[in-house]
Amino acid sequence: MLPSRFDYHRASSVEEALSLLDDYGEDAKVLAGGQSLIPLMKLRFVSPGHLIDIDPIPGLDGIEEREGSLALGALVRHNQLASSEIITNGYPTLAAAAPQIADPIVRNLGTIGGSLAHADPAGDLGSVMLSMGANVVLRSSSGERVVPIGEFLVDTFTTSITPNELLTEIRIPTPPPRSGGSYLKLERKVGDFATVAVAVTLSLQDGTVGSAGIALTGVGLKNIEAAEAAASLHGTAPTDEAFAEAGRLAAAASNPVTDVRGTDTYKRHMVEVYTRRGLATASAMAAG
Amino acid sequence: MEISVTMNGTARTADVEPRMLLAHVIREEFGLTGTHVGCDTTSCGACTVLLDGSPVKSCTMFGVQADGHEVTTVEGLAGADGLHPVQVAFQEEHGLQCGYCTPGMMLVGAALLERNPDPTDDDIRWAISGNICRCTGYMNIVKAIQTAAKAKAAAPAAATA
Ligand SMILES: Cc1cc2nc3c(=O)[nH]c(=O)nc-3n(C[C@H](O)[C@H](O)[C@H](O)COP(=O)(O)OP(=O)(O)OC[C@H]3O[C@@H](n4cnc5c(N)ncnc54)[C@H](O)[C@@H]3O)c2cc1C
Ligand code: FES
Ligand code: FES
Repeated sequence: MLPSRFDYHRASSVEEALSLLDDYGEDAKVLAGGQSLIPLMKLRFVSPGHLIDIDPIPGLDGIEEREGSLALGALVRHNQLASSEIITNGYPTLAAAAPQIADPIVRNLGTIGGSLAHADPAGDLGSVMLSMGANVVLRSSSGERVVPIGEFLVDTFTTSITPNELLTEIRIPTPPPRSGGSYLKLERKVGDFATVAVAVTLSLQDGTVGSAGIALTGVGLKNIEAAEAAASLHGTAPTDEAFAEAGRLAAAASNPVTDVRGTDTYKRHMVEVYTRRGLATASAMAAG
Repeated sequence: MEISVTMNGTARTADVEPRMLLAHVIREEFGLTGTHVGCDTTSCGACTVLLDGSPVKSCTMFGVQADGHEVTTVEGLAGADGLHPVQVAFQEEHGLQCGYCTPGMMLVGAALLERNPDPTDDDIRWAISGNICRCTGYMNIVKAIQTAAKAKAAAPAAATA
């Protein structure tokens, strides 16, 4: 399958990519790892006139802690996330999700920026970012804005990025001490998108839940932040009862549809089960 | 667009349309037909090649993206002193039946052994989890990669193909 014709532009710096975006805007697509865009172009679901390849831009693949946050360059690959020591040691929700994205070969090319900009409701990283309260950095030739992930992910395959902007960095607040996280994903086989997945990030303070974030994959028109479920835990003791109640609230926040992966009833039930289990795992980790 | 690629250790150039996928460039421009196109939808791994040593699906990358990079296909596995240990082991252990998935499987196996010379069966199963085989049931593929690891450990000098 061949995509329709396009002009190929290779950007060697962020500035060059931004000036190409200014020139071609609406008729251009950014190409990062290509693992979502190229399949769509081959099916001719999208046929941009111009591709701006940002993959060769140096310095966009950093993983570093800076000013209370983990700063991830947009070109950090899924396999880099999965093998990073900083992430394994301090960001357990992300560490749990990374090796479950796609398959090992796709993970060699797929990037975190591409994943978030693609805004697939079945994408794993959107939920991880929602549960951790991440921000994305969007740059254009006229400046930079920092957008909370919940405002960035607007709808299915739709974000609040404008055609002349580039997502350059993702910033995840460093969790406080006594934190834990989990990402539970139900899939039919390796490499499949989630039937259901639940991201949980939680911290303990004086024996009660300090902060909690819960987000759901594959059960709505976008990654869903189960805010009510998370809020129900604030200041409560980390008990099975509290986690069961949060599970019920998370299931109520989900909006799954019946498809080849399962019925809506089954998926809603799995949201409840995975939220409960994820909270228990994260809380045990936090109590460490 | 003119691209320069180090194909299996040899500098090659080609004039390609940007929409040509790397798999087509390899097969049609460079005449190397060991790279197979199976699903054409990024699912099966039959088209796997190594880009700078890492497995990628060549049906899901444009040829122009490989410009300036090293590409290794199954034809590049054998060295001056004969077949790569992974190739020998696939033969010995009957790691193939129809052979359609085999180039991808062997390249993933070879890349794994570069990173992890002493893999467990689980490591191997994990590494090949992006490659589908419709014939073998995978048992002999895992065995073959395990056998290749042992052969490489026994004769490290011969293993640098
Ligand atoms: C077989 C298969 C299985 C998969 N399974 C999963 C899975 O289980 N879970 C999951 O989460 N994902 C899965 N994916 C998707 C994979 O994670 C992709 O890597 C990811 O969605 C896109 O990242 P990319 O770098 O390849 O982006 P690309 O494909 O290059 O781009 C995707 C979109 O984002 C835009 N874009 C990319 N980078 C930027 C940027 N920096 N700024 C602005 N816009 C940008 C592009 O213009 C395009 O619209 C799978 C993919 C395949 C092929
Ligand atoms: S042909 Fe490329 S993954 Fe199947
Ligand atoms: S040997 Fe036939 S597909 Fe693997």
